[in-house]
Amino acid sequence: MGTWHDYLNETGTPPEWPYPIKFGEETEMEADVLVLGGGIAGCWAAITAARHGAKVVLMEKGDVKRSGSGGPGCDHWCNVPGNPLSRMAPDDWAIQEMEALGDFSNGIGIQIQCREDFDTLLEMEQMGGKIRDTDDEFVGAEGRDDKTKFMVSPRYTRHAGYLAQPGWDQPGFNPPENRYNMTLRIWGSTFKPILKKECLKQGVKVLDRVMATSLLNEDGVQGKRVVGATGINARTGEFIIVKAKATVMATAGSGSLWMMDMEHGGYSSMFSRNESGDSSTMAFRAGAKLTMMEGSNPYRIATGLKHKWYTGGSDASYENVPLVDANNKVLPVPTQSWADGGAMFTYAGPMKDRVQEGIESGEFELPFYGDFAGMKKEESNATWNLMLNEESTTKIMVKTMTEGGFDPTKDQIMDYSFQELQPNENFRDAARGGGILVDWDLKSSLDGLYAAGTATFSPEDHSYAAATGRYAGRKAAAYAKGTGAGKVSREQIDQEKERVLAPTKRTGGIEWKELHNGLSRVMQYYVGAYRSEKLYDLALEEIKRIEENAVPQLYALDPHKLMRSLEDLSMIEHAKIIIQAMKERRLTSAKLGVKRLDYPNGDPEEEKNYLLLRQENGETKFERLPIRFWGNMKEQYEAHNQDYTGVWKPEN
Amino acid sequence: MEKKVYAIPNVQTPSVPVRINPDKCVGCNTCVETCQIDVFIPNPVKGKPPILLHPEECWYCGCCATDCPTPGAMEFNWPLPLKPRWRTKATGEVHQLK
Repeated sequence: MGTWHDYLNETGTPPEWPYPIKFGEETEMEADVLVLGGGIAGCWAAITAARHGAKVVLMEKGDVKRSGSGGPGCDHWCNVPGNPLSRMAPDDWAIQEMEALGDFSNGIGIQIQCREDFDTLLEMEQMGGKIRDTDDEFVGAEGRDDKTKFMVSPRYTRHAGYLAQPGWDQPGFNPPENRYNMTLRIWGSTFKPILKKECLKQGVKVLDRVMATSLLNEDGVQGKRVVGATGINARTGEFIIVKAKATVMATAGSGSLWMMDMEHGGYSSMFSRNESGDSSTMAFRAGAKLTMMEGSNPYRIATGLKHKWYTGGSDASYENVPLVDANNKVLPVPTQSWADGGAMFTYAGPMKDRVQEGIESGEFELPFYGDFAGMKKEESNATWNLMLNEESTTKIMVKTMTEGGFDPTKDQIMDYSFQELQPNENFRDAARGGGILVDWDLKSSLDGLYAAGTATFSPEDHSYAAATGRYAGRKAAAYAKGTGAGKVSREQIDQEKERVLAPTKRTGGIEWKELHNGLSRVMQYYVGAYRSEKLYDLALEEIKRIEENAVPQLYALDPHKLMRSLEDLSMIEHAKIIIQAMKERRLTSAKLGVKRLDYPNGDPEEEKNYLLLRQENGETKFERLPIRFWGNMKEQYEAHNQDYTGVWKPEN
Repeated sequence: MEKKVYAIPNVQTPSVPVRINPDKCVGCNTCVETCQIDVFIPNPVKGKPPILLHPEECWYCGCCATDCPTPGAMEFNWPLPLKPRWRTKATGEVHQLK
């Protein structure tokens, strides 16, 4: 019941498209602040801009209620040194985090996260989000503070970052008095619907099911101030124009660029199925500077051929569940537990080799299991019923497995990591670290354009998205207050409208899935485990052929297929940006996930810088910025935020 | 009367990310609005269960089932290759979600 053919068999006719078709029609509106993308960062930007007096429009491809990678939930509020149990000052932790993340991190975003994400969390609580164990469900679990009822997580208890520290496997490595208490477990599945409600309460005009397609420049000139954006309604096909004094880019990365099989890519990616690189593509077309576009890494979790977290591959071990072999022998790997100080099994290097050798010698027998039954009852309860029940797509796993008979006090979940022998080098994360270059106002290189969350370069996680979204909303509102509306160009709008609607003019040719698969194949073959100038050139040549031969045949029979087709076009642009940046970086780098056969020397000193790229008159221009170009994080933050008033007061 | 057989293209894989119980579903379309990727469309007949139009685009976030206001109306259905396995530690018996 419920399938398309059920309906056909029942009624004798296929269902008609359920929404009015409005191809060619357009709606125009105006805003002080326009936010593109209604995920975690976008919601926080919209709410905060509205609280600062701005008239806000929020454009979202799905429905803001549950959209984005963080829509289903979130179990950890990471790097929250402002919390009362923290043992390190926010500015000091920010430096440690930046250093732990290596040369290509984003010190601006990290500093904002460390300074403001506890305030952000308290605002979440104000709105009704659950951030403490107020129902006393987890009394006795390690890390629970009985006074504040905060639940501290073992993550980052000894060091910023996931890497195991020396001595992690020794008894007494992580005594309670030495812990930094830097991450809180939270009830994140309650958050997103609350954020949508708050958007509406604050008067934000929410445009659900509208995919942003382009930024509008003043007078239509690439590189000039951003004065709004266009979008397409994914249900009706209506073209939307929003003129805005300031625009916050908050759409996500491009998780499916290397994923040839969308059916697998869809159901196995930990990122939203709707990711398609729109933020980088739109910003690049508008003339903004991007950076870190050359980074990519194999998908360690859910590669597209693998299972979701916690039901398989690299799952049960991933967060505080001991990993055992078929004979219940504990594997010599960290599991982000209290004992190892939250260190992660990295599935690469000596740790992985050690386990593999054990498998081959017979020391460890497959299959492996996440040993919930071997944990203390309070710990398995906190892991299963709080962490996994609140973490994004694992909530539904907890429900279905519990209903199916799984009992975390008695059972162990099978782990497939070493049957699958991940990672698969050709299933990569599409330059997730790449994005819009931002300054201390989270402003891009273009006036009127701000960025938050995954749209910024080298982004971090949920609390980063929330804190940077909130910050960008504040800054964009301040900018909008001091400026007039810019002049949009009708010519630019008409060109975009023609581009966007082109696939609807055709009824045959090539459909979006095949186009996507063709592009992914290029990425897998030429931008995979091994790289060279020749391989990059072949990739660019093939993409050019795709653009010349396949794109003119792209057809979309309804607005949904049009949205997917436009995502493909966005990913083609994204791929070109990524490959151009990679080609310009003549290096092999573990940090950037690049193994160049023609430049085998790893991480050379002269390449320790940020590669910036932007488009001008159809040409790509490159420049470099030194590592840590953002200066002294504490001083810069304070210089730019003298008017910051902390947690929002609802009576305002 | 003989049942009519239509010419239908191959069914998408996976095809049923959620099972909808037509006796319980009241056709409120909360799932249609919740799903960020438009897996569902509303049924043309008001009050009847939604139609799974794009089941192969599902990323198994589970929000439709989580937010369904009618108990028993919607059950999550992992595709066969994704059905989780577990073992009872005391007996060694291996189970798999049905």
